[in-house]
Amino acid sequence: MFEATQLNRRNETTQKLFRLALGGMTGILILPVILILGTLIWKGAPVISFEFLFTGPTKGMTAGGIFPALLGTILLVLVALLASVPLGVAAAIYLSEYAPNNWFTRAINLAIINLAGVPSIVHALFGVGAFVIFFKFGTSILAASLTLAIMTLPVVIVATRESLQAVPEAFREACWNMGATRWQTIRRVVLPNAVTGILTGVILEVSRTAGETAPIMFTGAAFFLPLLPQSVFDQTMALSLHLFVVSTQVPNMPEQLPYGVALVLISLVLLMNSLSIALRMYLRGKKKW
Amino acid sequence: MTAMAPIPGRSTERSLAIRTSKLNLWYGTFQALFDVDLDIRQGIITSMIGPSGCGKSTFLRSVNRINERLGYVRTTGTIDVMGQNIMDPEVELVQVRKQIGMVFQRPNPLPISIRDNVLFGHRIHNAGKRDARSEEDGIVENALQTVLLWDKVKDKLDKKATALSLEEQQKLCIARLLPVKPGVLLMDEPCSALDPKGTEAVEELIWELRGEYTILIVTHNMAQARRASEECIFMLMGKVVEHDDTGQMFVTPKHKETADYIEGRYG
Ligand SMILES: Nc1ncnc2c1ncn2[C@@H]1O[C@H](COP(=O)(O)OP(=O)(O)OP(=O)(O)O)[C@@H](O)[C@H]1O
Ligand SMILES: [Mg+2]
Repeated sequence: MFEATQLNRRNETTQKLFRLALGGMTGILILPVILILGTLIWKGAPVISFEFLFTGPTKGMTAGGIFPALLGTILLVLVALLASVPLGVAAAIYLSEYAPNNWFTRAINLAIINLAGVPSIVHALFGVGAFVIFFKFGTSILAASLTLAIMTLPVVIVATRESLQAVPEAFREACWNMGATRWQTIRRVVLPNAVTGILTGVILEVSRTAGETAPIMFTGAAFFLPLLPQSVFDQTMALSLHLFVVSTQVPNMPEQLPYGVALVLISLVLLMNSLSIALRMYLRGKKKW
Repeated sequence: MTAMAPIPGRSTERSLAIRTSKLNLWYGTFQALFDVDLDIRQGIITSMIGPSGCGKSTFLRSVNRINERLGYVRTTGTIDVMGQNIMDPEVELVQVRKQIGMVFQRPNPLPISIRDNVLFGHRIHNAGKRDARSEEDGIVENALQTVLLWDKVKDKLDKKATALSLEEQQKLCIARLLPVKPGVLLMDEPCSALDPKGTEAVEELIWELRGEYTILIVTHNMAQARRASEECIFMLMGKVVEHDDTGQMFVTPKHKETADYIEGRYG
């Protein structure tokens, strides 16, 4: 009475076929990732050493390490974080907790989403016009970081808004019904419950800019500098630009060096991403509802 | 309690907690309340019944002015609470909410400790400055005793409120209203998420609060309205059909619609 019928068997065959097809597609998708990472590690790992990470380039950049570029990238991302987080988080709180739901707010939200689609070279040119020339920061870490910050604002806002909206509306209603003002509600209930999401989302988004080249190329990153930057008004080297330079601009470059630079850059981004994911898991483990 | 507290059974003037006249309310172009005139007496339990969508929640949400948060709501008429028109421009919304506590269908404790839940309203209305620990302890114990929850939670006051059972959560949601000494408690189907045992427990608690607080409770449960309220309001399609002593209304309703509804002939 429980034997498979003709129809059962046919359905089973179809489903196996589709599983195979879908699995195959996924495999094709993963292949490039594995190839890229594999090549980088295969060719880049031998270059990496303590000296590579912590000394400057020598012999017209064909030897030595990448310390100024590594430090520069970290500085650029940190300053960008410092600028974009307060601004973006504040804007997101206003937009999701205060702004009335009317055409104006909707237009702003649309503009923010569109801003995320603006090509980075456009942001770069904006950065040159605004920070380098108009505000007279010159080509400097400050100008480059602010350019990166402007570029990441939309994603910071979106990530923050998503965390805020993940806080159940019932909590807000409970507060308002007890006579709490909007700010008291935000301060005491919404933010404490959204802060982990905001933090990790924002770190994740902003650390991705470590790989950006165009926005910093005209605003603060230099091909080669003999000295480390002394303040945010100095220029700096950066990993992304350094990679571009050693890959295409310098003759007689040892074949493996660019792979080493790329591997460090990727590791840096992955490291920051894993840190923020670990932070999220740790904090989420401590939470509740 | 404060000096304003009514003295049960001695309300000579039958003082009113809530009085509305000609209250109309529109959601956009849809009219949800039609000329609602209601006098709700202080210190008793009034239940509100009526088929789904007849405007019970809308009425409750007008009384503490939570409806106006939706930009498209328009109201006409007056709502007096404790003798004062709450639609007056001078009226401070925060004070209205303080006087009028609300309990929802789904218990909604905040995701903080039981203790902090009870003290939440109190702290908000006291400029956020924290009282001495001992004073706060007194407030917490008092409120939790009143809702018959103290013995169950006294050893886990620092645990998350969201980990309690639904029945306990709902009791806590009532308890956290008490420290700011509201005059009126609005309850929108407070038992409908609870099992029969929880329902019974919360009903018993509501009955205990009678006298000290004016309670307006919406329910779909005829038996509950009959058991647990002194007066009863029947609404139909945004209008008040009948408002009478509960006993009277369930035995000899004055309107045919009321009789039909009570006997289960409406949805
Ligand atoms: N936010 C809103 N926007 C538009 N219309 C609404 C809104 N809330 C309620 N309504 C409408 O107003 C009418 C009354 O709704 P209300 O929630 O007050 O009914 P109710 O008597 O509480 O019903 P229930 O017993 O199902 O809770 C319904 O027709 C409903 O569709
Ligand atoms: Mg309702």
